[in-house]
Amino acid sequence: MKIAVCISHVPDTAAKINIGNDGKNIDPSGVTYVVNPYDEYAIEEALKTKEKSGGETVAISLGGDANKETLRKALAMGIDEAVLLKDGGDRDSIAVSKALADEIKAQSAVLVFFGKQSVDFDNSIVGQLTAEQLGYNSVSVAVSFSLEGDKIRCEREIEGGKEVVETSLPAVITAQKGLNEPRYASLKGIMAAKKKVIIEKQPEQACNTVEIISVKKPAMKKAGKILGTDATAVPELIRLLRDEAKVI
Amino acid sequence: MANKILVYIEQRNGLVKKSSFEAAKAASEIATRLSAPVEGVTVGNEIEGLTSVGGFGVEKITHFKNPDLSNYSTSAYTELISKFASENDFDILLFVNTSLGKDLAPHIAVKLGAGIAMDCIALDYTGNDIKATRPIFAGKALQELKITAPKKVFVLRPNVFNPGVSSGKRAEVTVVETAAPDLSTRVAELKKSEDKLDVAEADIIVSGGRGLKGPEHFHLVEELSEVLGAAVGASRAAVDAGWRPHEEQVGQTGKTVSPNLYIALGISGAIQHLAGMRSSKYIVAINKDKDAPIFQSADYGIVGDLFEIIPVLISELKKIKV
Repeated sequence: MKIAVCISHVPDTAAKINIGNDGKNIDPSGVTYVVNPYDEYAIEEALKTKEKSGGETVAISLGGDANKETLRKALAMGIDEAVLLKDGGDRDSIAVSKALADEIKAQSAVLVFFGKQSVDFDNSIVGQLTAEQLGYNSVSVAVSFSLEGDKIRCEREIEGGKEVVETSLPAVITAQKGLNEPRYASLKGIMAAKKKVIIEKQPEQACNTVEIISVKKPAMKKAGKILGTDATAVPELIRLLRDEAKVI
Repeated sequence: MANKILVYIEQRNGLVKKSSFEAAKAASEIATRLSAPVEGVTVGNEIEGLTSVGGFGVEKITHFKNPDLSNYSTSAYTELISKFASENDFDILLFVNTSLGKDLAPHIAVKLGAGIAMDCIALDYTGNDIKATRPIFAGKALQELKITAPKKVFVLRPNVFNPGVSSGKRAEVTVVETAAPDLSTRVAELKKSEDKLDVAEADIIVSGGRGLKGPEHFHLVEELSEVLGAAVGASRAAVDAGWRPHEEQVGQTGKTVSPNLYIALGISGAIQHLAGMRSSKYIVAINKDKDAPIFQSADYGIVGDLFEIIPVLISELKKIKV
Protein backbone atom coordinates (compact mmCIF):
# COMPACT_ATOMS: atom_id res chain seq x y z
CA MET A 1 0.00 0.00 0.00
CA LYS A 2 1.31 3.42 -0.90
CA ILE A 3 0.68 6.08 1.73
CA ALA A 4 1.10 9.74 0.82
CA VAL A 5 1.39 12.70 3.14
CA CYS A 6 0.93 16.23 1.81
CA ILE A 7 2.82 18.88 3.72
CA SER A 8 3.32 22.61 3.57
CA HIS A 9 6.02 25.04 4.55
CA VAL A 10 4.63 27.96 6.57
CA PRO A 11 5.71 30.88 8.75
CA ASP A 12 6.24 29.90 12.35
CA THR A 13 3.22 30.74 14.54
CA ALA A 14 5.39 33.05 16.63
CA ALA A 15 6.23 35.13 13.53
CA LYS A 16 5.07 38.72 13.14
CA ILE A 17 3.35 39.12 9.81
CA ASN A 18 4.09 42.16 7.62
CA ILE A 19 2.45 43.04 4.37
CA GLY A 20 4.50 42.90 1.17
CA ASN A 21 4.98 45.85 -1.21
CA ASP A 22 2.39 44.54 -3.64
CA GLY A 23 -0.27 44.75 -0.90
CA LYS A 24 -1.49 41.33 -1.94
CA ASN A 25 0.76 39.03 0.00
CA ILE A 26 2.88 38.93 3.10
CA ASP A 27 6.50 40.01 3.26
CA PRO A 28 8.55 36.85 3.82
CA SER A 29 11.75 38.64 4.82
CA GLY A 30 12.88 37.89 8.35
CA VAL A 31 10.19 35.24 8.79
CA THR A 32 11.19 31.75 9.96
CA TYR A 33 9.45 28.98 8.07
CA VAL A 34 8.62 25.60 9.56
CA VAL A 35 6.73 22.42 8.75
CA ASN A 36 3.06 23.29 9.15
CA PRO A 37 2.33 22.15 12.75
CA TYR A 38 -0.68 20.00 11.82
CA ASP A 39 1.33 18.25 9.10
CA GLU A 40 3.60 16.74 11.74
CA TYR A 41 0.61 14.73 12.98
CA ALA A 42 -0.08 13.68 9.38
CA ILE A 43 3.54 12.50 8.94
CA GLU A 44 3.43 10.59 12.20
CA GLU A 45 0.16 8.86 11.29
CA ALA A 46 1.57 7.85 7.89
CA LEU A 47 4.61 6.34 9.62
CA LYS A 48 2.51 4.54 12.23
CA THR A 49 0.22 3.14 9.56
CA LYS A 50 3.17 1.86 7.56
CA GLU A 51 4.66 0.26 10.68
CA LYS A 52 1.39 -1.55 11.32
CA SER A 53 0.12 -2.37 7.84
CA GLY A 54 3.25 -2.24 5.70
CA GLY A 55 3.72 -0.28 2.49
CA GLU A 56 5.68 2.73 1.40
CA THR A 57 5.38 6.38 2.31
CA VAL A 58 5.86 9.46 0.17
CA ALA A 59 5.77 13.10 1.23
CA ILE A 60 4.53 15.65 -1.31
CA SER A 61 4.90 19.40 -1.04
CA LEU A 62 4.03 22.13 -3.51
CA GLY A 63 6.08 25.31 -3.61
CA GLY A 64 9.59 26.61 -4.12
CA ASP A 65 13.02 25.27 -3.20
CA ALA A 66 12.51 26.40 0.39
CA ASN A 67 9.97 23.60 0.81
CA LYS A 68 12.83 21.10 0.54
CA GLU A 69 13.64 21.88 4.16
CA THR A 70 10.19 20.70 5.20
CA LEU A 71 10.45 17.62 2.96
CA ARG A 72 13.84 16.79 4.54
CA LYS A 73 12.23 16.93 7.95
CA ALA A 74 9.63 14.39 6.80
CA LEU A 75 12.40 12.15 5.45
CA ALA A 76 14.33 12.51 8.70
CA MET A 77 11.24 11.38 10.64
CA GLY A 78 11.18 8.25 8.48
CA ILE A 79 9.18 8.96 5.31
CA ASP A 80 10.61 6.91 2.39
CA GLU A 81 10.42 9.33 -0.52
CA ALA A 82 9.87 13.04 -1.11
CA VAL A 83 8.41 14.87 -4.09
CA LEU A 84 8.57 18.62 -4.60
CA LEU A 85 5.98 19.99 -7.00
CA LYS A 86 7.77 23.12 -8.12
CA ASP A 87 5.48 26.08 -8.26
CA GLY A 88 5.74 29.84 -8.03
CA GLY A 89 3.20 29.94 -5.25
CA ASP A 90 0.19 31.94 -6.29
CA ARG A 91 -2.14 29.00 -6.69
CA ASP A 92 -5.42 29.09 -4.81
CA SER A 93 -6.58 26.08 -2.77
CA ILE A 94 -8.39 24.48 -5.69
CA ALA A 95 -5.41 24.81 -8.03
CA VAL A 96 -3.18 23.34 -5.28
CA SER A 97 -5.57 20.41 -4.84
CA LYS A 98 -5.46 19.65 -8.57
CA ALA A 99 -1.66 19.44 -8.58
CA LEU A 100 -1.63 17.28 -5.44
CA ALA A 101 -4.35 15.00 -6.82
CA ASP A 102 -2.36 14.46 -10.03
CA GLU A 103 0.73 13.47 -8.06
CA ILE A 104 -1.22 11.20 -5.67
CA LYS A 105 -2.67 9.47 -8.74
CA ALA A 106 0.80 9.14 -10.28
CA GLN A 107 2.02 7.60 -7.02
CA SER A 108 -1.02 5.27 -6.85
CA ALA A 109 -1.38 6.22 -3.19
CA VAL A 110 -4.63 4.95 -1.70
CA LEU A 111 -4.28 6.49 1.74
CA VAL A 112 -3.38 10.16 2.04
CA PHE A 113 -2.77 12.24 5.14
CA PHE A 114 -2.88 16.04 5.36
CA GLY A 115 -2.72 18.44 8.29
CA LYS A 116 -6.25 19.71 8.93
CA GLN A 117 -5.22 23.21 7.93
CA SER A 118 -2.08 25.11 7.16
CA VAL A 119 -1.49 27.95 9.56
CA ASP A 120 -0.80 30.51 6.84
CA PHE A 121 -3.95 30.95 4.78
CA ASP A 122 -6.14 28.94 7.15
CA ASN A 123 -8.54 27.67 4.51
CA SER A 124 -8.63 24.18 6.05
CA ILE A 125 -9.95 22.69 2.82
CA VAL A 126 -7.07 21.38 0.69
CA GLY A 127 -7.44 17.81 2.01
CA GLN A 128 -11.18 17.73 1.27
CA LEU A 129 -10.70 19.37 -2.15
CA THR A 130 -8.00 16.85 -3.07
CA ALA A 131 -10.21 13.94 -1.96
CA GLU A 132 -13.02 15.19 -4.16
CA GLN A 133 -10.66 15.69 -7.14
CA LEU A 134 -9.59 12.06 -6.72
CA GLY A 135 -13.02 10.66 -5.93
CA TYR A 136 -11.60 9.34 -2.63
CA ASN A 137 -13.49 9.15 0.65
CA SER A 138 -12.46 11.72 3.20
CA VAL A 139 -12.52 12.46 6.90
CA SER A 140 -11.35 15.86 8.14
CA VAL A 141 -10.07 16.96 11.57
CA ALA A 142 -9.32 13.42 12.75
CA VAL A 143 -8.21 12.88 16.35
CA SER A 144 -8.05 9.10 16.00
CA PHE A 145 -7.50 6.77 13.07
CA SER A 146 -7.57 3.03 12.60
CA LEU A 147 -7.34 0.84 9.53
CA GLU A 148 -8.49 -2.81 9.38
CA GLY A 149 -8.26 -4.28 5.90
CA ASP A 150 -9.71 -1.45 3.83
CA LYS A 151 -12.07 -0.27 6.59
CA ILE A 152 -11.31 3.03 8.28
CA ARG A 153 -12.63 4.26 11.59
CA CYS A 154 -11.84 7.78 12.75
CA GLU A 155 -12.98 10.18 15.38
CA ARG A 156 -13.32 13.72 14.17
CA GLU A 157 -13.56 16.74 16.41
CA ILE A 158 -16.77 18.75 16.18
CA GLU A 159 -18.27 21.52 18.31
CA GLY A 160 -18.87 20.09 21.77
CA GLY A 161 -17.85 16.51 21.01
CA LYS A 162 -16.68 13.99 18.46
CA GLU A 163 -18.12 12.09 15.54
CA VAL A 164 -17.09 8.48 15.03
CA VAL A 165 -16.78 8.20 11.25
CA GLU A 166 -16.62 4.98 9.24
CA THR A 167 -15.39 4.82 5.69
CA SER A 168 -13.01 2.81 3.53
CA LEU A 169 -9.97 3.09 1.27
CA PRO A 170 -9.08 4.92 -0.86
CA ALA A 171 -9.27 7.86 1.49
CA VAL A 172 -7.90 11.23 2.53
CA ILE A 173 -7.59 11.93 6.26
CA THR A 174 -6.79 15.37 7.68
CA ALA A 175 -5.01 15.40 11.02
CA GLN A 176 -5.89 17.42 14.10
CA LYS A 177 -3.65 17.95 17.13
CA GLY A 178 -4.28 15.02 19.48
CA LEU A 179 -4.18 12.37 16.73
CA ASN A 180 -0.76 11.21 17.93
CA GLU A 181 2.56 12.43 19.36
CA PRO A 182 4.87 13.19 16.43
CA ARG A 183 8.25 11.51 16.87
CA TYR A 184 11.52 13.37 16.90
CA ALA A 185 13.86 12.68 14.01
CA SER A 186 16.76 10.51 15.16
CA LEU A 187 20.33 11.50 14.32
CA LYS A 188 20.47 8.49 12.04
CA GLY A 189 17.26 9.64 10.36
CA ILE A 190 18.64 13.14 9.86
CA MET A 191 21.86 11.78 8.33
CA ALA A 192 19.93 9.42 6.05
CA ALA A 193 17.59 12.22 4.97
CA LYS A 194 20.53 14.31 3.83
CA LYS A 195 21.53 11.61 1.37
CA LYS A 196 18.10 11.07 -0.09
CA VAL A 197 17.14 12.69 -3.37
CA ILE A 198 14.09 14.94 -3.40
CA ILE A 199 12.31 14.28 -6.67
CA GLU A 200 11.35 17.51 -8.41
CA LYS A 201 8.39 17.68 -10.73
CA GLN A 202 6.61 20.38 -12.65
CA PRO A 203 2.87 20.30 -11.89
CA GLU A 204 0.40 21.05 -14.64
CA GLN A 205 -0.86 24.63 -14.75
CA ALA A 206 -4.31 25.22 -13.29
CA CYS A 207 -6.47 28.32 -13.39
CA ASN A 208 -7.18 30.07 -10.13
CA THR A 209 -10.82 30.58 -9.22
CA VAL A 210 -10.20 33.41 -6.79
CA GLU A 211 -8.39 36.70 -7.16
CA ILE A 212 -6.70 38.36 -4.21
CA ILE A 213 -7.64 42.04 -4.07
CA SER A 214 -5.55 43.00 -1.06
CA VAL A 215 -3.92 41.84 2.13
CA LYS A 216 -3.79 44.21 5.07
CA LYS A 217 -3.26 44.33 8.79
CA PRO A 218 -6.39 44.37 10.95
CA ALA A 219 -7.23 47.71 12.53
CA MET A 220 -5.49 48.00 15.88
CA LYS A 221 -7.76 48.30 18.83
CA LYS A 222 -7.28 51.31 21.08
CA ALA A 223 -5.63 50.16 24.26
CA GLY A 224 -8.36 49.71 26.83
CA LYS A 225 -8.96 51.04 30.29
CA ILE A 226 -6.99 49.71 33.22
CA LEU A 227 -9.53 49.68 36.02
CA GLY A 228 -7.29 49.00 38.98
CA THR A 229 -4.72 46.77 40.60
CA ASP A 230 -6.81 44.64 42.94
CA ALA A 231 -10.29 43.33 43.71
CA THR A 232 -11.64 46.81 44.43
CA ALA A 233 -11.82 47.26 40.64
CA VAL A 234 -14.35 44.45 40.33
CA PRO A 235 -17.58 46.52 40.79
CA GLU A 236 -16.44 48.97 38.12
CA LEU A 237 -15.63 46.09 35.76
CA ILE A 238 -19.10 44.63 36.26
CA ARG A 239 -20.71 48.04 35.74
CA LEU A 240 -18.86 48.56 32.45
CA LEU A 241 -19.70 45.08 31.18
CA ARG A 242 -23.38 45.65 31.96
CA ASP A 243 -23.90 49.30 31.07
CA GLU A 244 -21.24 50.15 28.49
CA ALA A 245 -20.52 46.87 26.70
CA LYS A 246 -23.93 45.33 27.50
CA VAL A 247 -22.50 41.83 27.28
CA ILE A 248 -23.61 40.41 30.63
CA MET B 1 -26.53 35.11 -16.34
CA ALA B 2 -29.14 35.73 -13.74
CA ASN B 3 -27.95 34.79 -10.27
CA LYS B 4 -29.63 32.26 -8.01
CA ILE B 5 -28.64 31.96 -4.39
CA LEU B 6 -28.70 28.89 -2.17
CA VAL B 7 -27.99 28.81 1.54
CA TYR B 8 -27.27 25.58 3.37
CA ILE B 9 -29.23 25.33 6.63
CA GLU B 10 -27.28 23.25 9.11
CA GLN B 11 -28.98 21.06 11.69
CA ARG B 12 -27.49 19.11 14.57
CA ASN B 13 -29.64 16.73 16.57
CA GLY B 14 -32.66 17.86 14.58
CA LEU B 15 -32.31 21.54 15.50
CA VAL B 16 -31.40 24.40 13.17
CA LYS B 17 -28.09 25.95 14.19
CA LYS B 18 -28.14 29.59 15.23
CA SER B 19 -25.40 30.40 12.75
CA SER B 20 -27.63 29.21 9.92
CA PHE B 21 -30.00 32.12 10.65
CA GLU B 22 -27.00 34.42 10.21
CA ALA B 23 -26.22 32.75 6.88
CA ALA B 24 -29.87 32.95 5.80
CA LYS B 25 -29.93 36.67 6.51
CA ALA B 26 -26.64 37.19 4.63
CA ALA B 27 -28.00 35.17 1.69
CA SER B 28 -31.17 37.22 1.58
CA GLU B 29 -29.11 40.42 1.61
CA ILE B 30 -27.09 39.19 -1.39
CA ALA B 31 -30.37 38.28 -3.08
CA THR B 32 -31.76 41.77 -2.56
CA ARG B 33 -28.56 43.36 -3.77
CA LEU B 34 -28.41 41.26 -6.95
CA SER B 35 -32.21 41.13 -7.45
CA ALA B 36 -31.89 37.36 -7.39
CA PRO B 37 -34.03 34.61 -5.89
CA VAL B 38 -32.81 32.85 -2.75
CA GLU B 39 -33.63 29.42 -1.37
CA GLY B 40 -32.45 27.18 1.42
CA VAL B 41 -31.50 23.52 1.44
CA THR B 42 -31.03 21.15 4.35
CA VAL B 43 -30.31 17.48 4.91
CA GLY B 44 -31.44 15.48 7.93
CA ASN B 45 -34.26 13.45 9.39
CA GLU B 46 -36.83 15.23 11.56
CA ILE B 47 -35.79 18.90 11.84
CA GLU B 48 -37.43 21.32 14.23
CA GLY B 49 -37.78 25.01 13.51
CA LEU B 50 -37.05 24.96 9.78
CA THR B 51 -39.99 27.23 8.96
CA SER B 52 -38.54 29.92 11.25
CA VAL B 53 -35.73 30.46 8.72
CA GLY B 54 -38.41 32.38 6.76
CA GLY B 55 -38.11 35.18 9.30
CA PHE B 56 -34.58 35.82 8.04
CA GLY B 57 -35.49 36.23 4.39
CA VAL B 58 -35.28 32.67 3.04
CA GLU B 59 -38.84 31.60 2.42
CA LYS B 60 -38.36 28.46 0.37
CA ILE B 61 -36.49 25.45 1.74
CA THR B 62 -35.88 21.98 0.34
CA HIS B 63 -35.35 19.30 2.97
CA PHE B 64 -33.71 16.01 1.93
CA LYS B 65 -35.00 13.56 4.46
CA ASN B 66 -34.02 10.06 5.52
CA PRO B 67 -33.46 8.51 9.01
CA ASP B 68 -29.87 7.65 7.97
CA LEU B 69 -29.20 11.33 7.29
CA SER B 70 -29.84 12.64 10.81
CA ASN B 71 -26.08 12.50 11.39
CA TYR B 72 -23.61 14.00 8.96
CA SER B 73 -22.30 12.00 6.04
CA THR B 74 -19.72 13.68 3.81
CA SER B 75 -20.61 11.48 0.84
CA ALA B 76 -24.40 11.69 1.09
CA TYR B 77 -24.62 15.40 1.93
CA THR B 78 -22.18 16.24 -0.88
CA GLU B 79 -24.11 14.20 -3.43
CA LEU B 80 -27.55 15.56 -2.51
CA ILE B 81 -26.66 19.23 -2.27
CA SER B 82 -24.37 19.40 -5.30
CA LYS B 83 -26.94 17.63 -7.45
CA PHE B 84 -29.73 19.90 -6.21
CA ALA B 85 -27.60 23.01 -6.80
CA SER B 86 -26.55 22.06 -10.31
CA GLU B 87 -29.99 20.86 -11.45
CA ASN B 88 -31.56 24.09 -10.27
CA ASP B 89 -28.78 26.39 -11.55
CA PHE B 90 -27.79 27.90 -8.23
CA ASP B 91 -24.57 29.85 -8.72
CA ILE B 92 -23.96 31.46 -5.33
CA LEU B 93 -23.88 29.12 -2.35
CA LEU B 94 -23.52 30.03 1.31
CA PHE B 95 -22.40 27.80 4.18
CA VAL B 96 -21.26 28.45 7.74
CA ASN B 97 -17.66 27.83 8.82
CA THR B 98 -18.57 25.13 11.36
CA SER B 99 -16.91 21.73 11.59
CA LEU B 100 -19.60 20.46 9.24
CA GLY B 101 -19.49 23.43 6.87
CA LYS B 102 -15.69 23.28 6.61
CA ASP B 103 -15.93 19.62 5.65
CA LEU B 104 -18.89 19.86 3.28
CA ALA B 105 -18.41 23.13 1.36
CA PRO B 106 -15.07 22.21 -0.33
CA HIS B 107 -16.48 18.91 -1.57
CA ILE B 108 -19.42 20.74 -3.11
CA ALA B 109 -17.19 23.42 -4.63
CA VAL B 110 -15.21 20.77 -6.53
CA LYS B 111 -18.39 18.98 -7.67
CA LEU B 112 -19.79 22.25 -9.03
CA GLY B 113 -16.49 23.56 -10.42
CA ALA B 114 -16.94 26.59 -8.16
CA GLY B 115 -14.44 28.88 -6.48
CA ILE B 116 -14.52 28.97 -2.70
CA ALA B 117 -13.87 31.53 0.05
CA MET B 118 -13.60 30.15 3.57
CA ASP B 119 -14.17 31.83 6.94
CA CYS B 120 -15.53 35.10 5.53
CA ILE B 121 -16.07 37.87 8.08
CA ALA B 122 -17.53 40.43 5.65
CA LEU B 123 -19.12 40.49 2.21
CA ASP B 124 -19.10 43.77 0.27
CA TYR B 125 -19.90 44.71 -3.28
CA THR B 126 -18.35 46.47 -6.19
CA GLY B 127 -21.20 46.61 -8.65
CA ASN B 128 -22.41 43.04 -8.75
CA ASP B 129 -19.04 41.60 -7.70
CA ILE B 130 -18.93 40.21 -4.19
CA LYS B 131 -15.78 40.98 -2.25
CA ALA B 132 -15.10 38.67 0.70
CA THR B 133 -12.87 39.57 3.64
CA ARG B 134 -11.25 36.74 5.55
CA PRO B 135 -8.62 36.53 8.28
CA ILE B 136 -5.36 34.78 7.40
CA PHE B 137 -2.53 33.77 9.71
CA ALA B 138 -5.27 33.32 12.33
CA GLY B 139 -6.15 37.00 12.14
CA LYS B 140 -2.69 38.56 12.01
CA ALA B 141 -3.73 39.82 8.57
CA LEU B 142 -6.89 40.21 6.52
CA GLN B 143 -7.28 39.10 2.93
CA GLU B 144 -9.82 40.58 0.53
CA LEU B 145 -10.71 38.46 -2.44
CA LYS B 146 -13.25 37.88 -5.13
CA ILE B 147 -14.20 34.61 -6.71
CA THR B 148 -13.64 34.71 -10.46
CA ALA B 149 -15.28 31.37 -11.32
CA PRO B 150 -18.91 31.63 -12.48
CA LYS B 151 -20.06 29.56 -9.49
CA LYS B 152 -19.16 30.81 -6.04
CA VAL B 153 -19.15 29.26 -2.57
CA PHE B 154 -18.88 31.55 0.46
CA VAL B 155 -18.41 30.04 3.90
CA LEU B 156 -19.22 32.50 6.69
CA ARG B 157 -17.64 32.65 10.12
CA PRO B 158 -20.27 32.07 12.85
CA ASN B 159 -21.23 34.87 15.24
CA VAL B 160 -20.05 37.64 12.90
CA PHE B 161 -22.95 38.26 10.49
CA ASN B 162 -25.88 39.85 12.30
CA PRO B 163 -29.14 37.97 11.67
CA GLY B 164 -31.21 40.88 13.01
CA VAL B 165 -34.72 40.27 14.31
CA SER B 166 -37.01 37.73 12.69
CA SER B 167 -39.76 39.22 10.53
CA GLY B 168 -41.96 36.38 11.76
CA LYS B 169 -42.50 35.00 8.24
CA ARG B 170 -42.57 31.23 7.89
CA ALA B 171 -40.62 29.40 5.22
CA GLU B 172 -42.36 26.95 2.94
CA VAL B 173 -40.58 23.60 3.32
CA THR B 174 -40.57 20.97 0.58
CA VAL B 175 -39.66 17.58 1.99
CA VAL B 176 -37.90 15.22 -0.41
CA GLU B 177 -37.89 11.67 0.94
CA THR B 178 -34.46 10.37 -0.03
CA ALA B 179 -34.01 6.68 -0.73
CA ALA B 180 -30.61 4.97 -0.50
CA PRO B 181 -28.26 7.91 0.10
CA ASP B 182 -24.53 7.30 -0.52
CA LEU B 183 -23.24 6.44 2.95
CA SER B 184 -19.72 5.44 1.95
CA THR B 185 -18.54 7.92 4.60
CA ARG B 186 -20.89 8.13 7.55
CA VAL B 187 -21.06 9.00 11.23
CA ALA B 188 -21.63 5.80 13.16
CA GLU B 189 -21.82 7.46 16.54
CA LEU B 190 -21.84 10.88 18.19
CA LYS B 191 -19.84 11.40 21.36
CA LYS B 192 -20.76 14.49 23.32
CA SER B 193 -18.28 16.01 25.73
CA GLU B 194 -20.30 15.95 28.95
CA ASP B 195 -22.56 18.89 28.07
CA LYS B 196 -19.69 21.33 27.92
CA LEU B 197 -20.25 24.45 25.89
CA ASP B 198 -17.71 24.65 23.06
CA VAL B 199 -15.53 27.76 22.70
CA ALA B 200 -16.34 27.88 18.99
CA GLU B 201 -20.04 28.38 19.72
CA ALA B 202 -20.09 30.39 22.93
CA ASP B 203 -21.20 34.02 23.36
CA ILE B 204 -18.89 34.36 26.35
CA ILE B 205 -15.54 32.64 26.89
CA VAL B 206 -13.49 32.60 30.08
CA SER B 207 -9.93 31.47 29.31
CA GLY B 208 -7.07 30.60 31.60
CA GLY B 209 -3.35 30.55 31.00
CA ARG B 210 -0.06 29.96 32.69
CA GLY B 211 -0.91 32.55 35.35
CA LEU B 212 -3.27 29.99 36.91
CA LYS B 213 -0.08 28.17 37.97
CA GLY B 214 -1.53 24.66 37.69
CA PRO B 215 -4.54 22.57 36.72
CA GLU B 216 -5.74 22.58 40.33
CA HIS B 217 -6.60 26.28 40.05
CA PHE B 218 -8.73 26.01 36.92
CA HIS B 219 -11.80 25.60 39.12
CA LEU B 220 -11.68 29.42 39.32
CA VAL B 221 -12.04 29.61 35.52
CA GLU B 222 -14.79 27.00 35.60
CA GLU B 223 -16.75 28.73 38.37
CA LEU B 224 -16.54 32.11 36.68
CA SER B 225 -17.65 30.63 33.38
CA GLU B 226 -20.55 28.89 35.08
CA VAL B 227 -21.85 32.14 36.59
CA LEU B 228 -21.66 33.78 33.17
CA GLY B 229 -22.97 30.81 31.16
CA ALA B 230 -19.65 30.85 29.34
CA ALA B 231 -17.39 28.26 27.74
CA VAL B 232 -13.99 27.47 29.25
CA GLY B 233 -10.99 28.24 27.06
CA ALA B 234 -7.27 27.84 27.56
CA SER B 235 -4.00 29.21 26.22
CA ARG B 236 -1.52 27.02 24.40
CA ALA B 237 0.76 27.12 27.45
CA ALA B 238 -2.00 25.62 29.59
CA VAL B 239 -2.81 22.95 27.00
CA ASP B 240 0.81 22.03 26.26
CA ALA B 241 1.43 21.67 29.99
CA GLY B 242 -1.37 19.10 30.03
CA TRP B 243 -3.59 21.20 32.31
CA ARG B 244 -6.49 21.39 29.84
CA PRO B 245 -7.67 19.40 26.78
CA HIS B 246 -6.80 20.62 23.30
CA GLU B 247 -10.43 21.26 22.33
CA GLU B 248 -10.36 24.24 24.72
CA GLN B 249 -7.27 25.82 23.15
CA VAL B 250 -7.77 29.28 21.68
CA GLY B 251 -5.19 30.60 19.25
CA GLN B 252 -3.41 29.91 16.00
CA THR B 253 -2.99 26.18 16.64
CA GLY B 254 -6.30 25.97 18.48
CA LYS B 255 -9.63 27.59 17.76
CA THR B 256 -10.25 31.03 16.38
CA VAL B 257 -13.14 32.60 18.24
CA SER B 258 -15.28 35.74 18.06
CA PRO B 259 -17.49 35.77 21.16
CA ASN B 260 -19.24 38.87 22.50
CA LEU B 261 -17.08 38.75 25.61
CA TYR B 262 -13.66 37.14 26.11
CA ILE B 263 -12.17 37.10 29.58
CA ALA B 264 -8.45 36.26 29.69
CA LEU B 265 -7.18 35.18 33.10
CA GLY B 266 -3.44 34.88 33.60
CA ILE B 267 -2.83 34.93 29.85
CA SER B 268 0.06 37.09 28.71
CA GLY B 269 -1.18 37.36 25.14
CA ALA B 270 1.40 35.67 22.93
CA ILE B 271 0.96 36.66 19.30
CA GLN B 272 -0.47 33.26 18.40
CA HIS B 273 -3.09 33.56 21.18
CA LEU B 274 -4.08 37.12 20.27
CA ALA B 275 -4.53 35.98 16.69
CA GLY B 276 -7.20 33.52 17.78
CA MET B 277 -9.32 35.83 19.93
CA ARG B 278 -8.62 39.38 18.78
CA SER B 279 -11.92 39.65 16.91
CA SER B 280 -13.93 39.15 20.13
CA LYS B 281 -16.32 42.07 20.61
CA TYR B 282 -15.19 42.84 24.17
CA ILE B 283 -12.02 41.63 25.86
CA VAL B 284 -11.28 41.67 29.58
CA ALA B 285 -7.79 40.84 30.84
CA ILE B 286 -6.74 40.09 34.39
CA ASN B 287 -3.01 39.62 34.76
CA LYS B 288 -0.44 40.68 37.30
CA ASP B 289 2.11 41.77 34.69
CA LYS B 290 1.23 45.29 33.61
CA ASP B 291 3.38 44.90 30.48
CA ALA B 292 1.59 41.76 29.28
CA PRO B 293 0.67 42.26 25.59
CA ILE B 294 -2.89 41.11 26.32
CA PHE B 295 -3.60 44.59 27.78
CA GLN B 296 -2.98 46.12 24.34
CA SER B 297 -5.98 44.22 23.03
CA ALA B 298 -8.19 44.39 26.09
CA ASP B 299 -11.10 46.81 26.47
CA TYR B 300 -10.95 46.50 30.25
CA GLY B 301 -8.04 45.33 32.31
CA ILE B 302 -7.17 44.74 35.92
CA VAL B 303 -3.46 44.54 36.69
CA GLY B 304 -3.39 42.37 39.77
CA ASP B 305 -3.45 39.01 41.46
CA LEU B 306 -6.07 36.85 39.83
CA PHE B 307 -6.27 34.56 42.88
CA GLU B 308 -7.58 37.53 44.84
CA ILE B 309 -9.67 39.10 42.07
CA ILE B 310 -11.52 36.15 40.55
CA PRO B 311 -13.26 34.98 43.77
CA VAL B 312 -14.56 38.52 44.30
CA LEU B 313 -15.68 38.72 40.68
CA ILE B 314 -17.52 35.41 41.04
CA SER B 315 -19.31 36.44 44.24
CA GLU B 316 -20.25 39.91 42.91
CA LEU B 317 -21.62 38.36 39.72
CA LYS B 318 -23.60 35.81 41.72
CA LYS B 319 -25.24 38.69 43.60
CA ILE B 320 -26.50 40.35 40.44
CA LYS B 321 -27.46 37.11 38.70
CA VAL B 322 -29.80 36.05 41.54
